[in-house]
Amino acid sequence: MKKIRIGSGAGYAGDRIEPAVELMEKGNLDYIIFECLAERTIAIGQMDKLKNPKKGYNQLLEYRMEKILPILKKNNIKVITNMGSANPVEAANVTAKLAHEANLSDIKIACVTGDDILSDIADYYNNNILELDPCSLGEIKDKIVSANVYMGCEGIVEALENGADIVITGRVSDPALTIGPLCYEFGWNPDENIYEMGQATLAGHLLECGGQATGGYYADPGYKDVPGLERLGFPIVEIGEDGEFFVTKVPEAGGLVTEDTLKEQTIYEIHDPKAYMTPDVIADFSHVKFEEIAKDMVKASNATSHGRPETYKVSIGYRDCYIGEGEISYGGSNAMARARLAADIIEKRLKIVGCEYDELKIEYIGFNSLYGNKISAGFAPDSFSEIRLRVAARTRDKKDADHIGNEVEALYTSGPAGGGGATKKTSDIVSICSIFVPRSAVDIKVNYLEV
Amino acid sequence: MKLKEIAHSRTGDKGDISNISLIAYKAEDYPLLKEKVTPELVKEYFGEICNGDVIRYDIDSLCAMNFVLHKALGGGVTRSLSLDKHGKSLSMALLEMEI
Repeated sequence: MKKIRIGSGAGYAGDRIEPAVELMEKGNLDYIIFECLAERTIAIGQMDKLKNPKKGYNQLLEYRMEKILPILKKNNIKVITNMGSANPVEAANVTAKLAHEANLSDIKIACVTGDDILSDIADYYNNNILELDPCSLGEIKDKIVSANVYMGCEGIVEALENGADIVITGRVSDPALTIGPLCYEFGWNPDENIYEMGQATLAGHLLECGGQATGGYYADPGYKDVPGLERLGFPIVEIGEDGEFFVTKVPEAGGLVTEDTLKEQTIYEIHDPKAYMTPDVIADFSHVKFEEIAKDMVKASNATSHGRPETYKVSIGYRDCYIGEGEISYGGSNAMARARLAADIIEKRLKIVGCEYDELKIEYIGFNSLYGNKISAGFAPDSFSEIRLRVAARTRDKKDADHIGNEVEALYTSGPAGGGGATKKTSDIVSICSIFVPRSAVDIKVNYLEV
Repeated sequence: MKLKEIAHSRTGDKGDISNISLIAYKAEDYPLLKEKVTPELVKEYFGEICNGDVIRYDIDSLCAMNFVLHKALGGGVTRSLSLDKHGKSLSMALLEMEI
């Protein structure tokens, strides 16, 4: 039976490169995927592109391509990535240039576009914003900076059918990076291959976060120990034309693959396990089974799917607000009392200087900054050796946000005794919201460069 | 007994929604988790953080549950004032729960 091996080369924009190189050298791969887009990444990329039309793609693209270009032809591995971000065309150009400079030849680079619907966004001003209901998109129209459809695997499949060695996309769903090569290799489609498409989506979901399937983000000393996290191996999926697959890693790499590491990753960022929405298929993980068949080798089965959704989700980036932050540390057995005095001073100072904010947050790092008062009090010590005050506020004007950090910094000379290590920051916040559009709204295009 | 003695967990985020898994280490402990860790209890536990509904989805084949906490990330990952904007550390809070 035909089998395909797909490795994960990155789980986020800035991920380590060595695991990808190791997989390409030793993983006996057919494909490697690099998933590099978080929710807000494209919006930020779009703003980079506005400043410089040659930018807006993943900042590590050149670094990654320089490392992997020499290996991919040698070992006959195809690369699929969303590192194109807000500028897949320029990402493909840069990749072609790097391949040329490395004296490589016979490499076909595909660029998948169509996700960027910003120029047509006025057509959807009446659509409801998913997160801000009841609010239509038109209400934030002057603030919109990006609009990208989560595309499915179609463009990737087309690129592979036309012989691409490297496929660079903008926004596609994370599992599409895996579903694409599988639909190309096995000819699966959502109508006739309900089981296989469910399994493909599960495989993609387990690969898309890199080391999170192989013991990364898992260790809890004494409860869940993981060897060799400093050289964590990324996951490999080996999948057959019947949709059955196992997850493994390169034996000499750090980390581990167990039923438990895969269970955590299966449920990561899903809501209803019966209806995991992707543009390709509504996947159903509610009966998934894992079985360890060898050390660091776990078989996955019983994912299925319920057809293709009628609509595409669109991720809208918009200029939202400013956030001002300031932090300062206090030590000694009376640290908490001095931190609380500092917080009281800040609240009064913000009134005196006329700082206007929509929300203010005061928290004590070391005590309640992660879980709030009630949960934290349940297992907090009687006294703290050190406490770091953190003040953050959301504002409409930058100058109001600047007040936060400045007032915290002024605690050095005008606040309680012994404050140290003050930091301050003001951020211009681009937020993300979503709308749904009909599938007909998207015109997926694939262009090619040959080196 | 704290949940962390019999279960493990990972948190994910989407917008203003946090999802927290609760996975039994051993299949024999899963019925106890299902009985004790109700969505109502989780909502009350995270009351200071979660301003919306808590929905529990069971995945019996994994001896696991998925708690989906609405309005739990300070208005959304991109605009939250929290230090941990993604709420990634919430899994470890759930495991501190006494049953």
